Amino acid sequence: MAQVKLNNTKKTYPNGFKAIHGVDVNIQDGEFIVLVGPSGCGKSTLLRMIAGLESISEGEISIGDRVVNDLEPAARDIAMVFQNYALYPHMNVFDNMAYGLKIQGLAKSEIEERVKKAAEILELTDDQLKRKPRQLSGGQRQRVAMGRAIVRKPSVFLFDEPLSNLDAKLRVQMRVEIKQLQENLGITSVYVTHDQVEAMTLGHRLLVLNEGVVEQIGTPIELYERPASLFVAGFIGSPAMNFANAKISSNGTAVNLSDGTRFDLQGSSFTPDSDQDVILGIRPEDLTLVDDSEGVPQLTTTLAEHLGADTLLHGHFGTDKTDMTVRLAGVQDIKSGERLSLQVEPEKIHLFDPETKKRLA
Amino acid sequence: MIENRPFITVISHLMLILGVAVIAFPIWITFVAATHDSVRMVQIPLPLLPGGHFFENLDQTLNKGVEGGVSLGISYMLMNSLIMAMMIAVGKIAISLLSAFAIVYFRFPFRMGFFWMIFITLMLPVEVRIIPTYEVVANLNMLNTYWGLSVPLIASATATFMFRQTFLTIPDELLEAARIDGAGPMRFFFDILLPMSRTNIAALFVILFIYGWNQYLWPLLVTTDQTMYTAVTVIKQMLETAEQAPEWNVIMMSTLLAMLPPVCVVIFMQKLFVKGLTETEK
Repeated sequence: MAQVKLNNTKKTYPNGFKAIHGVDVNIQDGEFIVLVGPSGCGKSTLLRMIAGLESISEGEISIGDRVVNDLEPAARDIAMVFQNYALYPHMNVFDNMAYGLKIQGLAKSEIEERVKKAAEILELTDDQLKRKPRQLSGGQRQRVAMGRAIVRKPSVFLFDEPLSNLDAKLRVQMRVEIKQLQENLGITSVYVTHDQVEAMTLGHRLLVLNEGVVEQIGTPIELYERPASLFVAGFIGSPAMNFANAKISSNGTAVNLSDGTRFDLQGSSFTPDSDQDVILGIRPEDLTLVDDSEGVPQLTTTLAEHLGADTLLHGHFGTDKTDMTVRLAGVQDIKSGERLSLQVEPEKIHLFDPETKKRLA
Repeated sequence: MIENRPFITVISHLMLILGVAVIAFPIWITFVAATHDSVRMVQIPLPLLPGGHFFENLDQTLNKGVEGGVSLGISYMLMNSLIMAMMIAVGKIAISLLSAFAIVYFRFPFRMGFFWMIFITLMLPVEVRIIPTYEVVANLNMLNTYWGLSVPLIASATATFMFRQTFLTIPDELLEAARIDGAGPMRFFFDILLPMSRTNIAALFVILFIYGWNQYLWPLLVTTDQTMYTAVTVIKQMLETAEQAPEWNVIMMSTLLAMLPPVCVVIFMQKLFVKGLTETEK
């Protein structure tokens, strides 16, 4: 068990491509941190740098109180679970899990004990321990890959999109198992995923990466409630947040869309400059129906999607053509073309700077 | 595919039987010749049915050799051939595995240069470089030794290339997993790469063993001592008996015996051989 510290870590490939532009993060002992971002954002590279599979161009990574920049992966006291499991195909499950321990030179009895214990935690039967990886299902292989990580008793677990090869149902099940496992073992974990649901449910904290730059580090709820940038706001939450170009009214108490649709800002802690151009962000679930139509934004619906638990409405405000999504709870009998009166609480309005794409206030 | 066209079936079977007959007939003649005594073998017409001297001939061939010619039994040459073929096959595989391992998994200067240097030796088989190679072997005092028989034939571009292709299909994650497990390069090679290339090694062994066994020109050049002759070269020498009719029964028995080991290798390693050439799942 250990802290992992990344100090201004950078990665530049020999061809000059900058994959990571300087990451600073302090991962606490026993914390579960998720690196999340779209494909190609550098999250796997960052994980592999922690693992020692990629060299570190600049900065420092330390695990526990050791700087590990120049240590071999095996010397870093880590264990990694790969996306495609990377089980040794010619060894049976037991040998797969025991291989690292054999190299460490542990006694046979000790190896047996550790593998048996890991198998028990992961609910692998003795019969399965004797099989070859190709005779196992995807979920079982995933478990073996985790077992291989557990038996080493590492200070840090590294997961590289471990669930992306599983079907949707199994993914949810394994997600719960990984979460429970991590909580029971209390081992510091770094988990890479592009799936924001996985990230939100698993992580104590999330680190959102975009093109090698850290957009925000925070708890799932912080990221959801106060996204630091346009990118994070659009990435976290499903359906994604609505964005529209808007302008602060001259008295600074409201924000207006291009056609004059007005959203009240009174009561919000934020005091903007008047007449400032902004990007308005509203989460689909923060828009609620109201009865009176006086001075309230009117949405013209173009399409209604009925999901059972929710109803998703697509439409636009007034003559502003920006598409908006609204998520209403339960089954709503709304047809396309209908005009709805909607409101949003002032503190649920997100405003971003159109230039820097950062959150205002 | 299931078809019901009797005419085609009959024709195709005829063709196949004909093909088998064309290949099998000389072998049959060889076998028949090995079962008669030397007197019968110089009379015309040649026999088409087996005679009763099989074990007699076997004994003479294995232990005594031909009169006036090679005076050692062929069992000696079979052993030489076996040792040479094994040394060539095992040596080729070992060297190719290691060079492919170096080329695929290590980043050293002029890596591709070395790869191409190995590759162009494909254009330089023993027959092309026979004089300089002989010179080298002679200067190293390796004439009439097993080393002289096998070493010049060991370097193999084909096998290196094949192992390179095999290694390239092994996912990088396995190497990374092994590195995290603490395996060094040689450990990775022996614990992961070697077992995973098992079927390829077997397939290559079959090809290379037969290649080594069938070597004719090179053994003919580097062996002058009877005790170092190989089975394939000695058959030719049996024809050169002084002032005597060739002992066809013994020669044919030798041929039969010389064919046996490659046939055994193919039969016993057939399964692995096919797997090695067709298996894609890693």
